[in-house]
Amino acid sequence: MKNAIALTISRIRLSLRNRLFLIFSLIMPLVFLFLFLGIFARNNVHAQPFVLAQVIALTVMGNFWGLSVQLVMWREQGVLRRFRLAPVGPSAMLISSIISNYVLTLPTIAIEFYLARTVFHMTSFGNLFAVFIMATLGIVSFASLGLIIASVTNTMQETQVINQLIWFAFLFLSGATVPLTILPGFVQTAALFLPATYLVDGLQRAMGQGLNVNVMLPAITSLIGTTIIALVLSAQLFRWDPEQKATPRAKLWVVAAVIPFLILGFWEASNGKLQKNAQVNLQRIEQQSSPSQK
Amino acid sequence: MPEPIIEVQDLKKNYGATVALRGISFAVQEGEVFGLLGPNGAGKTTTVEILEGLRQPDTGRVSVCGLNPQASGDAFKEMIGGVLQSTSLPDKIRVSEALELFSSFYKRRRSTDDLLKRFGLTEKRGALYSTLSGGQKQRLALAMALLNEPRVVFLDEPTAGLDPQVRREIYSIIEELKQEKKTILITTHYIEEAERLCDTVAIVDTGKVIAMGTPRQLKQSSAGTTRMEVRVAQPFDLDAIHKLEGVADCKAFDGYFVVHSNAVPRSIVALVKHLEATGNELAGLEIATPSLEDVFIELTGRRLRD
Repeated sequence: MKNAIALTISRIRLSLRNRLFLIFSLIMPLVFLFLFLGIFARNNVHAQPFVLAQVIALTVMGNFWGLSVQLVMWREQGVLRRFRLAPVGPSAMLISSIISNYVLTLPTIAIEFYLARTVFHMTSFGNLFAVFIMATLGIVSFASLGLIIASVTNTMQETQVINQLIWFAFLFLSGATVPLTILPGFVQTAALFLPATYLVDGLQRAMGQGLNVNVMLPAITSLIGTTIIALVLSAQLFRWDPEQKATPRAKLWVVAAVIPFLILGFWEASNGKLQKNAQVNLQRIEQQSSPSQK
Repeated sequence: MPEPIIEVQDLKKNYGATVALRGISFAVQEGEVFGLLGPNGAGKTTTVEILEGLRQPDTGRVSVCGLNPQASGDAFKEMIGGVLQSTSLPDKIRVSEALELFSSFYKRRRSTDDLLKRFGLTEKRGALYSTLSGGQKQRLALAMALLNEPRVVFLDEPTAGLDPQVRREIYSIIEELKQEKKTILITTHYIEEAERLCDTVAIVDTGKVIAMGTPRQLKQSSAGTTRMEVRVAQPFDLDAIHKLEGVADCKAFDGYFVVHSNAVPRSIVALVKHLEATGNELAGLEIATPSLEDVFIELTGRRLRD
C-alpha cells in the first residue's frame, strides 16, 4: 500500500502539470456544463437536475479514456520498464491509477455543482448521497475499464481506435447526450448492455427524482462487479515492456469485465424498468417546459 | 575462492526463430567490474535483462546474490540496481521527485541530497525530466540505480549515444564505484570503456562468449603481436604480405590493411621493400599495441561496430 500511495501522489502531481489533462478533465466538462444547462435546460428548472446528471456522467466517463492512454504511452516510452526494475508490482500501479483519477475527478464534479448553483441558479440537487455513491463507483469502474483496455492493446494507435469506438457508444447510446427514448428500439436494447447507460440512469434518478441508492442496487452491483473483474484481469494481463505483446486470446478477456452488465442488460431487457423510467423522465421534462403547463 | 555473486551457466534464449543466446556461461566475484563486450545484437542486453529478472531464459541457470532473479521477487529487487538500455521517466517529473519516488519503494535507501550532490544534479533538482540533456538523464539514471545501496549494479550500455565528454564523465562515476568495490556488470560495444573500467571482460558474439579474461590477458592472447594499420596507394597482394619477415597475420579492410607483426622493425623494412619492388607506395602507417578490438577481429574476422 505504501508504494501505491507514493505512486498516487506522484501521478496527481504529473497530471496537474499536464496541459492536456487540464483541458480534457477540467475545461471540457465545464464546456459541456455550460452547453447542456445553457441550451437543454434553459428556462426549465425541472430539467436542470436531469441535464446536470448527464454532465456529471460525462465527467465520470472521461476516466475511461485518460487512464488507458497514459498507461500505454508509459509502456511505449519505456517508463514502465524502469518501474519494473524496482520492487513495485502491477497492483500498486493499477490502484494508484484509480485513486489518483478519483482524487482528480471529484473537484471537477464539485466545481460543476458550484457553477450549476451560482450561474444557473439550481436549487434542487436531489439525493446528494446517492449522487456521491454513483459518481464514486462510476469513476472507479470506468477507470478500471480503461486499465483493461490498456492491458490488452499493444500500441497507442490500437488503444485510440478501441477507445474511440467505446467512447462513441458511451456518448451517444447511453442517454448522456441523446435521450435514450428517442433512439430506435434496437439501439435502446443495445444500450441496456452498456455500463454508461446505468451510470446516466442512476445519476438522473438520484438528482432528478431524489431516489435513494437502494433503487439502483442492480446497477451498483454491476459497477462493483465490473471494477473487481477489470482490476483482477488488468493485474494478470499487465505488461511492463512494449515488446511483450497481448495475444488475441487476451483481448477476449475484455468481454469478461463487462459480464455483470451483460447479465444486467438481459435482466433489464426483459424487465424494462430503465427504458420506462427514461420515458417518464423525458415526458415530465417536456410537460414542465411547455408554456401551457407553466 | 569465495562464491561468485553472479553465476550464469549455459544460458540459452530464442526470440521465435532468432537465437539470442547460445549457451552463455560466466561468473562474477563480489567487488568486480565485469564487462560484456560485443557488437549490437550479440546478446548482451538479453543476458543482462535475464540477470535483472526482466526476462525468462529458455534454459540455463542464473544466480545473483544467491537468488534466482526470475523467482525471488521484491527480495531480489532490493539487492540490485540498474541502468536499462531503453528506458525513460515521465516527462513532467522533477529530478528530486524521481529520486524520492523510487527510493520510497526500497527498504534501504540513500539520501536524495547526497545522490544529487554526488551526480552533479543539485542545481537540476527542480528541473523536469523532459528538460534534461542526455548526459544529465544518464547521470540521473545512475543515481537511481544506486539509491537502494545495491549489492550488484547492472549498467546496460550506460554511455551509448552520449558525446565523448559526457562519456568520460560517466566513466569517472563508474571508476568511483569501482573504488568503492561495488560489483558492477556492464555491457558495452566501446573498447575504451571495457579496457578502462572492467576487471574482467567477456567478449560476446552471436549469443556466445568467445573469449574471457582481464583486458591484459585478452590482449596478450592476441598472438603477442603488434598491430600495424597500413594505407597504400594501390591494393596489394595479401599472400605476399603474409610471407614478409615477422608478419603473423594480414587482413584487408575498407581502404586499409591491418598487419600483425611479432618483429615490427623488420616487418616495416620488409614491407617498404616489397612496396618499392611492386611499384606501390606507402600512404600511411600507424603502429599500436593490440587492443580488445584486435582480439575481437582475430576471433571473428569483423570489427566490433560492423
